Amino acid sequence: MVAELVSDKTLVSTTINGEPVEFMCEPRESLLEILRDTLRLTGSKEGCNNGNCGACSVILDGRLVNSCCVLAIEIAGSAVTTIEGLATTDGLHPVQEAFLEGAALQCGICTPGFIVATKALLDKNPNPTETEIRYWLAGNLCRCTGYDKIVRAVQQAAARTEK
Amino acid sequence: MRAITYAAPTTVGDAVRILREYGAGARILAGGTDLIVQVRENARDVDVMVDAKGIEELTAVEIAADGSLTLGAAVPCYQIADDAAIIAAFRGLIDAAGIIGGTAIQGRASIGGNLCNSGPAADSIPALIVHGATANVAGPDGTRAVAVEDFCTGPGTNVLATGELLVSLTIPATAPNSGAHYLRFTPRNEMDIAVVGVGAQVTLDGDTIVSARIALGAVAPTPLYVPEAGEDLAGQPATEASYEAAAVAAQNAATPITDMRGTADFRKHLVAVLTKRALRGAVERAKGGTVNGR
Repeated sequence: MVAELVSDKTLVSTTINGEPVEFMCEPRESLLEILRDTLRLTGSKEGCNNGNCGACSVILDGRLVNSCCVLAIEIAGSAVTTIEGLATTDGLHPVQEAFLEGAALQCGICTPGFIVATKALLDKNPNPTETEIRYWLAGNLCRCTGYDKIVRAVQQAAARTEK
Repeated sequence: MRAITYAAPTTVGDAVRILREYGAGARILAGGTDLIVQVRENARDVDVMVDAKGIEELTAVEIAADGSLTLGAAVPCYQIADDAAIIAAFRGLIDAAGIIGGTAIQGRASIGGNLCNSGPAADSIPALIVHGATANVAGPDGTRAVAVEDFCTGPGTNVLATGELLVSLTIPATAPNSGAHYLRFTPRNEMDIAVVGVGAQVTLDGDTIVSARIALGAVAPTPLYVPEAGEDLAGQPATEASYEAAAVAAQNAATPITDMRGTADFRKHLVAVLTKRALRGAVERAKGGTVNGR
């Protein structure tokens, strides 16, 4: 936490995808801008930049947020998971595999946000109903495929994670 | 976004000091889902964002021994929507907390922020009003309490003076045989803004309504408390005929506009429909039943 007024570029220490990270930012810069432009973690996408589309979804201290609606300076001392943090050296995350196998994407711009949102859902609720899935993902917009394949991919990922 | 100055005070006193020093250009940052977007889109002139999430009083959730709830102004919606004690006692508030934006918005957006943003269609405000909530305000001259129905003064404006901030909301204990329900009409189930929203609260004695409160959203320049609709219900049986009379009173109080979300006539129609549904839901809960699974 910053006790005094900060107007200039300032150093922020945080944890991103399990690794300690430091970056310089201006107070006006969003977490999304820092992720993409400073840290070159370009998996999180800028869609609407106003909290409607979910393409910039990340997990901040265990909860799903839109990184366009977070100031980067706010995340000092926090832990952030982005789409880049899901796959391991052993391979893709089960949610990524399920989206790939189910062809639950078309142009792919919304996909990182959907996958991060799905991970947050399954972390909290490993066996969601279709209604729970659709409500949870209501803040993620896809303008290509419709949502059925996405919902089926989430169900597939849930079934695998449960085992 | 324009250049801003950021501060994260850890006491209410420091927040007041910064707010007073920077005047109208300073604004409290809670979840940021309204404020950050408004500043980015040049819809609010803000030079100083005062992050309140490091202040204990603004992040605390406490149910007192008497059953009253004090909710820190910066507590995000997701935190109360998952709180079993709040779900059990303050279901009208939970109805609202679960439909403000989607999951990612609820991860940051606070009930206090929803009140201070003072949108006429804000979902939490009619719910707070029917629960009888009070806004606890701190400022250069000390603290004061404002009934939530008196908090908003127009679209996007409220009673907070320069140097003042909302610290918390206090909701009195839910009386026995009481229930509350908030619902809204939207084209989408989630991620939408109310065309009309209605909150209702009732206390029953058997099948007789002892007291009731009705509040409306998106049909006036501010969220609207309609005391006469509740007063008409006192002493009446909990029946459709009683709800119909309250719906007419609510309709008469509404002064909606026509905009992209609906015409004034449609909104008037919705006020009646939703008032009856809100009352049915509140009565169901007062009798120990559930609405939407809670």
